[in-house]
Amino acid sequence: MDKFTTLTGVAAPLRMINIDTDRIIPKQFLKTIKRTGLGEFLFNDLRYNPDGSEVDEFVLNRPPYRHAQIVIAGRNFGCGSSREHAPWALLDFGITCIIAPSFADIFYNNCFKNGLLPISLSEEQVHKLLDAADAGSNENFTIDLNAQRVTDPNGEIFEFKIDPFRKHCLFNGLDDIGLTLGKAAIIEAFEQKRSVQNPWLKLGP
Amino acid sequence: MNAPRTLFDKIWDDHVVHDQNDGTCLIYIDRHLVHEVTSPQAFEGLRLSGREVHRPEETLAVADHNVPTSNRAAGIIEETSRVQVETLERNVTEFGVPYLPLDDLRQGIVHIIGPELGFTLPGATIVCGDSHTSTHGACGALAFGIGTSEVEHVLATQTLIQKRPQNMRITVDGECRPGVTAKDIILSIIAQIGTAGATGHVIEYAGSAITSLSMEGRMTVCNMSIEAGARAGLIAPDAVTFEYLEGRQMVPKGGAWEQALANWRTLPSDEGAVYDREVSLSASELVPHVTWGTSPQDALPVTSEVPDPAGEVDVERRASIERSLAYMDLAPGTPLVKVPIDRVFIGSCTNGRIEDLREVAAVALGRRVAQGVGAMIVPGSGLVKEEAEEEGLDKIFIEAGFEWREPGCSMCLAMNADRLEPGERCASTSNRNFEGRQGRGGRTHLMSPAMAAAAAVTGHITDVRALL
Ligand code: SF4
Repeated sequence: MDKFTTLTGVAAPLRMINIDTDRIIPKQFLKTIKRTGLGEFLFNDLRYNPDGSEVDEFVLNRPPYRHAQIVIAGRNFGCGSSREHAPWALLDFGITCIIAPSFADIFYNNCFKNGLLPISLSEEQVHKLLDAADAGSNENFTIDLNAQRVTDPNGEIFEFKIDPFRKHCLFNGLDDIGLTLGKAAIIEAFEQKRSVQNPWLKLGP
Repeated sequence: MNAPRTLFDKIWDDHVVHDQNDGTCLIYIDRHLVHEVTSPQAFEGLRLSGREVHRPEETLAVADHNVPTSNRAAGIIEETSRVQVETLERNVTEFGVPYLPLDDLRQGIVHIIGPELGFTLPGATIVCGDSHTSTHGACGALAFGIGTSEVEHVLATQTLIQKRPQNMRITVDGECRPGVTAKDIILSIIAQIGTAGATGHVIEYAGSAITSLSMEGRMTVCNMSIEAGARAGLIAPDAVTFEYLEGRQMVPKGGAWEQALANWRTLPSDEGAVYDREVSLSASELVPHVTWGTSPQDALPVTSEVPDPAGEVDVERRASIERSLAYMDLAPGTPLVKVPIDRVFIGSCTNGRIEDLREVAAVALGRRVAQGVGAMIVPGSGLVKEEAEEEGLDKIFIEAGFEWREPGCSMCLAMNADRLEPGERCASTSNRNFEGRQGRGGRTHLMSPAMAAAAAVTGHITDVRALL
């Protein structure tokens, strides 16, 4: 997984609440067996007309935001399905940070597994950032994970909270599975205990 | 004495492998369900890092999202769908994971087959790369959806790194009136607390209206917990649960069954256990519900009218209602029972079980699907299909003009060939009415199986109570 340390880039304002995962990446693109190549279909039904042409007004089709690395959106971002294709599509497009007042649980989790940073701030702070992002060319939004700060183009600073474990893994680009496999002995001891206490839970040898 | 604990607390405490002291715990996973859409990249990850599946016996794979629901013998025509199913088949062979192939009678939607085969057990932890894993909570199992990276983590280690969720209890007391079902209970809960109402929480459903539900009804309720943002839904195991499970294929037998029962009886929440949040509602006032918008929280009693965004004070919410109404092509103030429908979809992991089909048959018997309406019934599994046919339900459906299909997810999310055309309006027993969910431009109204059957025979949204 790529490390996330600091990021300076354009932020696209997406003024919608409850942006669900079907909207981030519709189901016809879930038929892939790869993690890559989904950026082209990110927000497909919002971004393209049925004939395949671009929807001019959609934010990611407008000049400064075509290269956005940050999305700022309304509350409950990523609700709906567990599809990790949603963070994969965002990443493949080039987005590595999402700022919203709140996120759905599974989506929030999935972001961290892929080096994508979800930041939640208050409704009021997000509205300020949305206004700042509206101001056309805005490539100086800066995210500093270590300091837990967002700096907007006006120089205003917004501090955010994040779990220490998630921060540690994201900052160092750590692979969870490798970490857990390091606890193989603890897992085995648990399995021993389970086969004594709750033997019916065990299937197979 | 120990502090009183909730059902969730007990299952969680029983599965903590390691408290990492940083806000997360390593949790043991007893059962892992795998389907073709969210697993290919996980198996690929294992392959690339030279890892194996830690406990293949406690994993069960099945293809459901992409499978055709008619003419199975012809195979999967669409190439990308076929490749995904073939990839699953290759992966389960390579990694030694038990698999139910398309021609196995037990094939079906993951969340239908888990409880049906007794793979799902009370007190167990169950995960699947699918948000509706919450369904299995109806058996008193802690069951939740995970992403593909976590699927890989479970395959490799049989554990997950999780933050402990909070406890929430939703108490539904009273008796449902005729025509009011589990689906109406859960739709009205989501309408009340909203699609993010339970984010970060595990919901325990309690109260007389919940305990008097069948296992099928309980699964319908738990299934849609995720639509309220919950991490999982849970219902305390009781005599109904035990009776449902006893004798199923993968359930412990003989002495092991007795031992399991003794343990399961200790699972219900202790008297005085504290919940971080409590919500309650009365079932006796409940009316059949339908959705009018593009979020499951947009549900109203069928006796109401399409809402007017002008009445909404929250600016963002108002914009979202306006957008929904434009997408749904509905005018504020229209009585819901005046809304005509083109298609009917009965099935999915929410309402694709035998009891759901019986409810449909009760409405369909002696009636005909209205002129111009296409109505399809997709059983949740091969076993559901077999049972329905043994009861002769298929004949009632076919006689009434419904299509009777092969099991799978089908038009719940339209990854296979079953989908809405742009502008088509559908009465659906599934769980999501998001824009484009059942096909680009398609318009979904969520409702119970009985309500969907009523819409099928009248050609518009109908209060099923008039037909009972
Ligand atoms: S029936 Fe629908 S909600 Fe259930 S698993 Fe299949 S696609 Fe998901």
